[in-house]
Amino acid sequence: MTERVLLKNTANPDFHRIDACLAAEGYQGLTKALRKFSPEEIIQLVTDSKLRGRGGAGFATGLKWSFVPKETERPKYLCCNADEGEPGTFKDREIIEKDPHILIEGMAIAAYALGVETGYIYVRGEFDFGARRLEEAIREAYREGYLGKNIRASGFNFDLHVFRGAGAYICGEETALIESIEGKRGQPRLKPPFPAIEGLYGCPTVVNNVETLACIPHILLRGADWFKGIGPEDSPGTKLYCLSGHVRNPGVYELPMGIALRHLVEKHGGGTHSGKKIKAVIPGGVSAPMLPESDLDIDMDFASLAAAGTMLGSGGVIVMDETTCIVRVAMRTIGFFHHESCGKCTPCRDGLYWASKLLKRLEAGKGKKGDVEELERLCGNIFGNTFCPLGDGAAMALRAAIKHFRDEFVYHVEKGKCMVS
Amino acid sequence: MSDLKAKIEETAGHFPSRRSAIMPALFLAQEQYGSITNDAMEEVADILGVPKVWIFEIANFYTMYNKEPVGKFHIQVCTNLSCMLREADGIVARLEEQIGVKTGETTADGMFTLSAVECLGSCGTAPMMQVNKTYYEDLTVEGIDEILKELREKAGNGGERRRHDANGGDRD
Repeated sequence: MTERVLLKNTANPDFHRIDACLAAEGYQGLTKALRKFSPEEIIQLVTDSKLRGRGGAGFATGLKWSFVPKETERPKYLCCNADEGEPGTFKDREIIEKDPHILIEGMAIAAYALGVETGYIYVRGEFDFGARRLEEAIREAYREGYLGKNIRASGFNFDLHVFRGAGAYICGEETALIESIEGKRGQPRLKPPFPAIEGLYGCPTVVNNVETLACIPHILLRGADWFKGIGPEDSPGTKLYCLSGHVRNPGVYELPMGIALRHLVEKHGGGTHSGKKIKAVIPGGVSAPMLPESDLDIDMDFASLAAAGTMLGSGGVIVMDETTCIVRVAMRTIGFFHHESCGKCTPCRDGLYWASKLLKRLEAGKGKKGDVEELERLCGNIFGNTFCPLGDGAAMALRAAIKHFRDEFVYHVEKGKCMVS
Repeated sequence: MSDLKAKIEETAGHFPSRRSAIMPALFLAQEQYGSITNDAMEEVADILGVPKVWIFEIANFYTMYNKEPVGKFHIQVCTNLSCMLREADGIVARLEEQIGVKTGETTADGMFTLSAVECLGSCGTAPMMQVNKTYYEDLTVEGIDEILKELREKAGNGGERRRHDANGGDRD
């Protein structure tokens, strides 16, 4: 059993209080950063650790930080993406609610490394409990001198605020998140320019996920080699995996990157809650293409899953047993993406409208000959033709469902009913 | 200075641009008025000194701003994939039956509004729903009646009882 890192203190019901944190090793990573490292050395340390972003894309965190210009007259910003909205994902909430100070500490270290004086935590609006926990933790951190002016007498200033989203999945996309903090509709921007050059208020900005930032204090305290020693070489560290759906033991599991999906689902998850056979598993939130049961012997890391045509995404593992109708799953998933499309790009806005309509017809047993081919054509027209990955995720998820379970879609068309129920 | 104006000014101080205070200001207005009416939007625009259309587009883009009044208890059931797999449809059906309205409607006495919503980030405790700001997790169809009874009692007493989650954290 690997050591718990990110969740090692979450069993302590008082750990959201700064007193409990300080009694452990709370804010020691920040203190060490301020006393012993230059900002450049911290960026180098994070680069050396090979930490990759935990929000979904898996981009190298140190590299992302290195893109921010060192010499600039403009202010710089740090945003934490706590807009956890990818269906099947509930890991960041665990940190926000139970160990908010590790996130604040991670942000303060990142801000010091990047030369940032103002940060925002963008929390999804529905996480009211978590947002209040964060606000209280921020007040405590100011009181104890870990936020504000001249932190730990280092001359470093950092102000941190909570910004509440208001129910838009798209704001989990970093440029939409930036637009949202600017007080605009959450519509993604065309990249480049990337946020590191022109982000919030047109200034250099870094957006990092909660889980990514929570790794930073541990890397500061234990070093890059320690972090690299966990999991596979090209994407090290522990990972928070979320198990849900038809699984006996749903929940958040902290395990090394690269653990086998079958082991995760069958050993940790206890297999299906019904005792029935597994039919398929979505490995990284509903944007990640599903894998049939025969493909579960795969490592849960960025490279292995990408090679199999899917992705680690947010680590949201959704298990489906043999009674699951894949057409219904596709209908629900595409219905979600259609609802959440921001409307900026025509292929996503209109393509998902049609795909959703077709899937509803199919699921209701009123499909027509050619519907499955039409769905595939729609996926082809959406994929790669939008500003942000929302449309791509929808198209990839639908394509995988049709690829692995085409007979179920055809059965719906030909027989006007479901094959499994 | 009105109470609402004071609160909005405080949050506006967190940003270099007053436009950034629109979203928090709309939440504050919704808390005060129950929903985002045209008057509320105009008031927020006046306080922040920004064009009304900026307020309007935000209020209409984001789903958590209620443009219509909602009941005393806004019940929002997650029906996304993980909850769907754990029979969220049965939860919705039981709620419709017990409170006597269809999804998307409000009861005639203004007690309950029932909505089906997208993922609320609580998939490990599916099926789940949110009542006002509180998460109710690991739901069962039978347990729905008890929750509704509690809510009706709470409305009757006018008291705001605190609810404890499985991990001991308080949620009100």
